Amino acid sequence: MADIDIQHLANLAQLELSQQEISVVGEDLQRIMIMVDQMQAIDTSNVEPLAHPLDARQRLRPDQITETIERDLYQQGAPATADGLYLVPRVVE
Amino acid sequence: MDTDLSLAGLATGLRERSFSSVELTAALLAQIAERNPQLNAFITVTADEALQQAAAADAALAGGASSALCGIPLAYKDIFCTRGVRTTCGSRMLEEFIAPYDATATARLAAAGAVMLGKTNMDEFAMGSSNENSHFGAVANPWDDTRVPGGSSGGSACAVAAGLAPAALGTDTGGSIRQPAAFCGVSGLKPTYGRVSRYGMVAFASSLDQAGVFARSAADIATVLPHMAGFDPLDSTSSEHEDPWLDACTTQPLGTARSGRIGLPKQYFRDLGVTEASLQSACRVLEASGFELVDVSLPHVDAAIPCYYIIAGAEASTNLSRYDGVRFGHRCDNPQSLEDLYRRSRSEGFGAEVKRRILTGTYALSVGYYDAYYLKAQKIRRLIQQDFLAAFADVDLIIAPTTPDIAFKRGDLVDDPVAMYQQDIYTIPASLAGLPAMSIPCGTHRGLPLGLQLIGPHFAEKRLLETAASFQQQTDWHQQRPGQNPQAADSGSET
Amino acid sequence: MSWESVIGLEVHVQLATNSKIFSGAPTAFGAEPNTQACVVDLGLPGVLPVLNEEAVRMAVKFGLAIGAEIHPYSVFDRKNYFYPDLPKGYQISQFEQPIVGRGSLTVHVEGCEPQQVGITRAHLEEDAGKSIHDAYAGLTGIDLNRTGTPLLEVVSEPDLRTAAEAAAYFRQLHSLVRYLKICDGNLAEGSMRCDANVSVRRVGDPELGVRAEIKNINSFRFVEMAITYEIERQIELLESGGTVARDTRLYDAERNETRSMRSKELSNDYRYFPDPDLLPIELDQSFIDAVAADLPELPEAKLKRYVAQLELSDYDAAWLTQDPEVAEFFEAVFAQAGNAKLAANWVMGELSAALNKAELSIAESPVPAATLGELLQRIADGTVSGKIAKGLFDTLWQSGGDVDTIIASEGLQQVTDSGEIQAMVDEIVAANPDQVAQFLSGKDKVFGFFVGQVMKASKGKANPAQVNELLRAALKK
Repeated sequence: MADIDIQHLANLAQLELSQQEISVVGEDLQRIMIMVDQMQAIDTSNVEPLAHPLDARQRLRPDQITETIERDLYQQGAPATADGLYLVPRVVE
Repeated sequence: MDTDLSLAGLATGLRERSFSSVELTAALLAQIAERNPQLNAFITVTADEALQQAAAADAALAGGASSALCGIPLAYKDIFCTRGVRTTCGSRMLEEFIAPYDATATARLAAAGAVMLGKTNMDEFAMGSSNENSHFGAVANPWDDTRVPGGSSGGSACAVAAGLAPAALGTDTGGSIRQPAAFCGVSGLKPTYGRVSRYGMVAFASSLDQAGVFARSAADIATVLPHMAGFDPLDSTSSEHEDPWLDACTTQPLGTARSGRIGLPKQYFRDLGVTEASLQSACRVLEASGFELVDVSLPHVDAAIPCYYIIAGAEASTNLSRYDGVRFGHRCDNPQSLEDLYRRSRSEGFGAEVKRRILTGTYALSVGYYDAYYLKAQKIRRLIQQDFLAAFADVDLIIAPTTPDIAFKRGDLVDDPVAMYQQDIYTIPASLAGLPAMSIPCGTHRGLPLGLQLIGPHFAEKRLLETAASFQQQTDWHQQRPGQNPQAADSGSET
Repeated sequence: MSWESVIGLEVHVQLATNSKIFSGAPTAFGAEPNTQACVVDLGLPGVLPVLNEEAVRMAVKFGLAIGAEIHPYSVFDRKNYFYPDLPKGYQISQFEQPIVGRGSLTVHVEGCEPQQVGITRAHLEEDAGKSIHDAYAGLTGIDLNRTGTPLLEVVSEPDLRTAAEAAAYFRQLHSLVRYLKICDGNLAEGSMRCDANVSVRRVGDPELGVRAEIKNINSFRFVEMAITYEIERQIELLESGGTVARDTRLYDAERNETRSMRSKELSNDYRYFPDPDLLPIELDQSFIDAVAADLPELPEAKLKRYVAQLELSDYDAAWLTQDPEVAEFFEAVFAQAGNAKLAANWVMGELSAALNKAELSIAESPVPAATLGELLQRIADGTVSGKIAKGLFDTLWQSGGDVDTIIASEGLQQVTDSGEIQAMVDEIVAANPDQVAQFLSGKDKVFGFFVGQVMKASKGKANPAQVNELLRAALKK
């Protein structure tokens, strides 16, 4: 199995890992993926993937406003807000 | 007062005014105050709210409330959102998160008059099999406090086993109710996927997560289940399956099953290891009760663990993207940029196992690996479900061990994630297939409990619980409590 | 050697539902920040999406209107990326199995034959929130009101060859969604937003050039200007020996230029996979049939009908059918007036000018369609002259009222009594001997002077045809 690029995965997942964490996680992931590769021995040609354990269809909700919005309550635990907005460090577009 | 009664006994006591809900609740809160520092089963104890709810329940009972749960104190895994009470999910990320809304399951229990004692400890985001992954510290196994209670619902299992709550809610994604139930010597049910609403339950792996119950017996589980189960329009995956039996459970005592065909998967029974003696004796009990035991085959179960870790990891990796330090949850100090905010908040907020699963899932979904891992795992999931459906064409139930061994020592597996994952070898297949499954005490090894797992077809909770009730009529494993002469219990007993 | 441009548009259409696509929160525009975002929209721990039936119905409606295959089985996927206006860290969208498959739209560019533009697919997804960059020093504010508003993303084939075609396609799509009443079409509020994929190649080259994507253009004019700029930029680059970089660009209307968006340059791996919180959409034929039965007459069919049945010109028919409210108004005027050409002239002329001047939409017209129809009826039956009618229209515009009542009370009936007109003609001819001499010496233009004088004397009410006739006769004497 090819080396797993932990730094790339960490970038995608927005995680900051130290060099030491990268090497520990890298070893763990190698072991996990070796275990996972047992799957490859099973023939799955002509098998439909199963996404949900019950073969049900999506239910459709009537187009009605059912939610009451308590902004102040929702923002009580927010890390930073002003004038009802959530604040983050400036985003450059 | 004696708080160690069945739920039916407690309900009778409340209705006959032998004791009030306030007295019962206060007695349990006192025990929690005494034992929790050592057991660490609760992250949050809601003593004031509990006593208020108990007083309200007493008033309702005086007014003739008929719900069997009215005034009954329960403990909730800290994964259920409870309005006004913090919901941590065992994580530093949500250490100070107070949910502004209620989970459907707990809201329904509250509506039935249940009293919330508090929120129980768990592996962070339900990821773990030992409860060692909690930001709020490990939970002790009440049978031996150097051992783990199992996970991820370890706090709930511990609370019920230690008599701190007559019943508790847990969630099960790959075994998180059944495995701790087995390790702690209590009964635990994971219902059919879709039976209990997931709304308000912090998501780990959406296509697997299912809420369930810990209690001291199958009958007690049957008392709680109907008050939390059933269709919920807020959850697209909630089943509309109607089940008159469930409604009947709220008024009638659970029956017992006396006949039927029980399948023994040969993949499991050819090498039962330390569970051999207790499983074989359980088989004899079932046979003596009138069940017919037959061999069945689940040819793809060997691939269940890898299949599960890919699917659960993939779903978790994106379910946990919302923890970004913007709207709620942990935010790092002085973020220098948006990226810095994301990365440090998430790295500080999540523990090692959560990060490992996020990275595994990210890998499985990333460009070039999707087909080899995620799609492959979904196809194997189909094969595993087909194995069960084929078996259920021949048998009514399947039995298996719940765990490969008794509870392990704290620290034994922390450095070996793959060995830790193997703990779930018997519980994961039913999770992948979305089947109802439960664990009931069936013996001990070296004085520590072992569990018998019953797995049924979709929506066959009735059959599971009635078979378990039959077993519990014939045996008293479920009545053994930690601290009662552990070594001598090994020989077991049939009553 | 000359260049050819290849353009495809991705248009995000906000569906005009009452509630969000996956939650019961309202979708109103312009509310106080974060007062339209419920716990589901905020992506709080434990919340779950449930699909809005109306969003599905609208998507099917659109699909049927473009003659597309409606997929009876479609799936929602998660598109994973981190951005502060995306609360869950993923957008729920449809990737591999969209609800609407291949269809097409007929597009009219002035001076060209109508053109069929292929539509690859249309899929349902949720909108993101908004970032507010300028209000706080060093900080960006996040408003999640828009989060979860249903979007239909309509992806065209790269069939468009000019900026004008692209703008016409966008305009036609705008017209269609308004006919279908699935979008309010308010471009200024972002109800329709367009991403343009633009590349250029040498004419005859079978290979496509490297494309740039221009994001979030929200007006017809800017679509045309941005694409025009981008085509020129790419051609200039290639002709000077450079290469076009595949990138994402933003159109700056103030400077009329596109520029690279650095924030989008990170190569993104969106890790699409089926959203496990949602089940597959399975549509019954009866659902699709019910939507089909409910389809209105579409703009293209209406245009053809106006030309064939009402004998309007292509230009007039296109003008009148562009906006469903205009078409509806026109049809109501015509129903009353009974003369299509007259109705078209007035809607496109007098009424349109007055509305423009007052900055009103046709739905806000102070003169209702029925009233205008009555007025035109009185022109058609000769009760009033066209000129008087214009004055009467002004009165109706200013102060309303009933057409026949005003005609009667102000005595605006056309004078058709020959004797009365003859008397005025005689008087005018007698009073202006100089002009009569000029006319008789061959200055035909002076005839207009006499007409004017007679009309003035009759306060505009004399029947113009009769005035002409009697004047000619009087002057020839």
